[in-house]
Amino acid sequence: MIDSRARPDPQALLERVTAVEERERRSKLKIFFGFAPGVGKTYAMLESARQLRAEGVDVVVACVETHGRSETARLLDGLEVLPRKRIHYRGVQLEEVDLDAALQRKPALLLVDELAHTNAPGSRHVKRWQDVLELLDAGIDVYTTLNVQHVESLNDIVAEITTVRVRETIPDSILDRADEIELIDLPPDELLVRLREGKVYIPDLARHAAVNFFRRGNLLSLRELALRRTADHVDADVQEYREIHAIEGTAPTERLLVCVGAGPGSARLLRAGRRSAAALHAPWIAATVELTTRTPLSEEDRRRLEAHLILAESLGAKVVRLSGHRVVDSILEYARKNGITRILVGKSRHKLRLRLRAPIFEDIARQSGDIEVQVIGGDAEPAAPPNLDQDWISIRWKDYGAATLAVALATGFSELGFGLFGQPDVVMLYLLAIMIIGIRFGRGPSLFAAALSVASFDFFFVPPHYTFSISDVQYALTFGMMFAVGFVISTLTSRLRFQGAATRLREERTAALLALSREVGAAVDERHVAEAICRQATEVFGWPATILLPNEFGALVPFAEAGPVSYGPQESAVAHWAFELGKNAGWGTDTLPGSRIACFPLRAGETTFGVLALWPQEGDKALDRAHADLLEAFLRQSTLAIERARYAEEARTAALRAQNESLRNSLLSAVSHDLRTPIAAIIGSAATLRDSAGRLTEAQNKDLLETISEEGERLERLVSNLLQMMRLESGAVDLHREWIPLEEIVGSSLARIEKRSKERPIHIDLAKHLPPLFVDPILFEQLFVNLLENALKHTPEGTPIDISAQSNRDSVRIEVSDRGPGIAAESREKVFEKFVRGDSNVPGAGLGLAICAGIVTAHGGSISALSRDGGGVVFKIELPIGGEPPAVPVMEETRSLDARS
Amino acid sequence: MNAADPLVLLVEDESQMRRFLRTTLPLHSFRVIESPTIREGLMSAASHHPQIVLLDLGLPDGDGVDFIRRLREWSRTPIIVLSARGRESDKVDALDAGADDYLTKPFGVDELLARMRVSLRHAADADGGSRDPILELGSLRIDLAAHDVTLDGQHLHLTPTEFRLLSLLARHAGKVLTQRQILREIWGVGAATQTHTLRVYMAQLRHKIEKDPARPQFLITEPGVGYRLRDPLP
Repeated sequence: MIDSRARPDPQALLERVTAVEERERRSKLKIFFGFAPGVGKTYAMLESARQLRAEGVDVVVACVETHGRSETARLLDGLEVLPRKRIHYRGVQLEEVDLDAALQRKPALLLVDELAHTNAPGSRHVKRWQDVLELLDAGIDVYTTLNVQHVESLNDIVAEITTVRVRETIPDSILDRADEIELIDLPPDELLVRLREGKVYIPDLARHAAVNFFRRGNLLSLRELALRRTADHVDADVQEYREIHAIEGTAPTERLLVCVGAGPGSARLLRAGRRSAAALHAPWIAATVELTTRTPLSEEDRRRLEAHLILAESLGAKVVRLSGHRVVDSILEYARKNGITRILVGKSRHKLRLRLRAPIFEDIARQSGDIEVQVIGGDAEPAAPPNLDQDWISIRWKDYGAATLAVALATGFSELGFGLFGQPDVVMLYLLAIMIIGIRFGRGPSLFAAALSVASFDFFFVPPHYTFSISDVQYALTFGMMFAVGFVISTLTSRLRFQGAATRLREERTAALLALSREVGAAVDERHVAEAICRQATEVFGWPATILLPNEFGALVPFAEAGPVSYGPQESAVAHWAFELGKNAGWGTDTLPGSRIACFPLRAGETTFGVLALWPQEGDKALDRAHADLLEAFLRQSTLAIERARYAEEARTAALRAQNESLRNSLLSAVSHDLRTPIAAIIGSAATLRDSAGRLTEAQNKDLLETISEEGERLERLVSNLLQMMRLESGAVDLHREWIPLEEIVGSSLARIEKRSKERPIHIDLAKHLPPLFVDPILFEQLFVNLLENALKHTPEGTPIDISAQSNRDSVRIEVSDRGPGIAAESREKVFEKFVRGDSNVPGAGLGLAICAGIVTAHGGSISALSRDGGGVVFKIELPIGGEPPAVPVMEETRSLDARS
Repeated sequence: MNAADPLVLLVEDESQMRRFLRTTLPLHSFRVIESPTIREGLMSAASHHPQIVLLDLGLPDGDGVDFIRRLREWSRTPIIVLSARGRESDKVDALDAGADDYLTKPFGVDELLARMRVSLRHAADADGGSRDPILELGSLRIDLAAHDVTLDGQHLHLTPTEFRLLSLLARHAGKVLTQRQILREIWGVGAATQTHTLRVYMAQLRHKIEKDPARPQFLITEPGVGYRLRDPLP
């Protein structure tokens, strides 16, 4: 056996510690656990809650069943009770926990009685424990009550003890999730006293069943069961604590395998498996074998198998589907390959199994080698009465009729031609008939045909004719052969058909996934990927499909769809629920099952990217296991594809950013010279002033100081241009657009260059009813300042500068012109590039116009430089009118206050 | 420099800036005390009661707006904020929080002194003396009491809203008012974001008052911040 004190595994330890931290942070679930109704769980819960309330904790009651017990009802005094949600169902008014109200109220602690309760149809979840999970996920602590008979893995045992099988069960995972389980204990004798006094509420059990239930012996056993289960929970905590603090290896040493079939004993086997696995703290696998050599399972069997697999998953097993010729071989091969240390098998046999073969458990035990085999005995559970009727009904009379017909035809034909061909040929003819029936209708009919053929052959063609007696031993052999051949052929053909069907199904699945990956691989961006997924989903599942992804505001919107879909607020609610909680929701699931849409979150790890929604048609059945698996694979592929599209987008953006980086670098190096020059002048002048203080004339002093001042200002302009350019290039410009009259911008930019433009005549001609421009005021002021400074720099002193503007229906045209040396034809485009200077004698980095171009482009307009008639340059800016400015509220302006004019 | 000169509290962490102002301000009859941090600035304000505060918005140990709010809890001392270009929203926040005016670095000494004088004058008016109901700015004459505006002796037809707008600016002549402040005063608290409305009315006013609306003499636009009526006094 494996040493339990294995080497410490740092990775696993880290995971453990993270898990523990996670558990500290998450909301707490406390279960008040009892072994029978009436022990006082609700009472204890309320007492505990009142205590907390007195300490100042925000406690709210979501639902508490007092069942008319006054002491319990009294405890509710002073506690805030959330009104229940009323649901009308079939003329009855039912009350359930109002989940949305609770989520909105968001108390620190919520009391929810009776964890195993089933909600009325129309509730969001089918079961109350699912409601509790949602509450816990939302950060609300929950106190609840539970009886031991409702625990799934203990269901069998309880049924054995009390002969009452409880139908409302909760999965063991909830108990594992619970942070605390408090056992509410009561000596069974006291409980019986209470029962006699009428203080115990009997829920669903009818009176006579209650008598069975409340027998002293039963109660003792149930109490022990409850105690043990609580101890298990504590044990798990202690084990974990020990593991962490002793820093011991946490690799589980055992792995269990449970064989699951369609037979009724499988459910019991699974529960036993769960208990074993829990006791051993080991992972366990539930495996089922699809035989390729057998005829397909009947509808009933298939459904039972699916139910067992679902049960297995809910009990915490990993479900594996194997396929092979023999159950034993497939199981053992898998077990050996996957390090299984123990196999659990049941004693039950398949009802059709011939008694010639040994039961499965014997074979497995014999061939298991090192692997331990545990046989779970006991009678099969009292399942629903066997539907023998159904088996008969499933016989297809049509097929047997066809078989009879075929044999009759063969007989007739042979009769007619008997003179021409002999007995062997007749046999051949019959064999032909058997074969055809076998191929077409399966084993049953072909066996029937074989029997019928033998009978006909004997009757019609074996002397003495028209009797059923055999005169010759040889014919016994012939009959035997016919039968055998018929049997073999029909078995082979039916196997072939079955295999064919299975292969076809597999091929269908593979083809669907292949088609999806091909379609999706070709798509370039998120939208195309989403469209491809929708198309494929519709093809594969036959239902209209929608992909929902979050938009830039985080709201979930349909990105692509295929087929007729109608997406309204109800459907949106389901989709959002699935997205936020990362769980399936809608039609065919346990959450909001009444809606018309089935939503599946697209998850990669912990993140949900979006939702795939399907629209099942009226009357469709829920997806069977095979299709559910396919859907899961489909979803995984889709998630990968969308993720890939996103990353591709990010990669593109990153490449762009890298490009900008390199641009910025070139910018910096080009400009360092232009930065250094004024700095040199400033340093030099200042140094001279400092060192040669007494030896300079007044005029020289003034000169140097002037230099420092001017160069400083120049430096400032340069730096600010540089920064502006970098901002524009990197796309980091946020346009804070406002509706501004052009004259304001012109006015403020003129004010900024006032000092430098004193000698210059500046003419302004703005059209009368110029609409306000929807632009960023600071950037546009910069634009004008740059254009004006450009004119000031490159044109001779005293020459005028003209600013004009006009508008038409679609755009506004602004012109800034000068009477300078003008611009050469080839420079017209280049002048807006960075670092291009008109005249290299004029100082400046050549950024001013590039910035203008950047600003105009960012506003969706265009700028160009043209030669002006009569000499000079015209800079023309064209801006689209960005729509209608907002309406101005009309105020009391009827009369002017100036009464005197 | 004597003890009666107004005291300036300079809250600035850059030593060069402090050096420059420390040297310049006394030449214009100001006394200067310095605080390199916001915390010290608040303490100095409390202990020395300056007549005016120069606050740099780029201090490392705190938010300038925070300083303004805290100071405004107990003092109406004028505050002028110093900030770099391109940080208009910072200036607007500061002004809305209670600062009186702003200067964009780099600024000239003339500008600084002009703004300081305006702020001091308004502070003095607010504290004591009756305010003159008549304002004269060059050729513009505003009689706040008689609701009368003349330009070059000619009466102007102003609608009630236009008059209120103009008088608001006139009462704070020389000081900047943010768009938000103006909108709240004239149009009410709910209109604080309707900048377009303000622009339209300013444009109307400008066309009535200014000879050349594209080169305003009186109604100065401070892009990204607000408006200012040019200071009548030199």
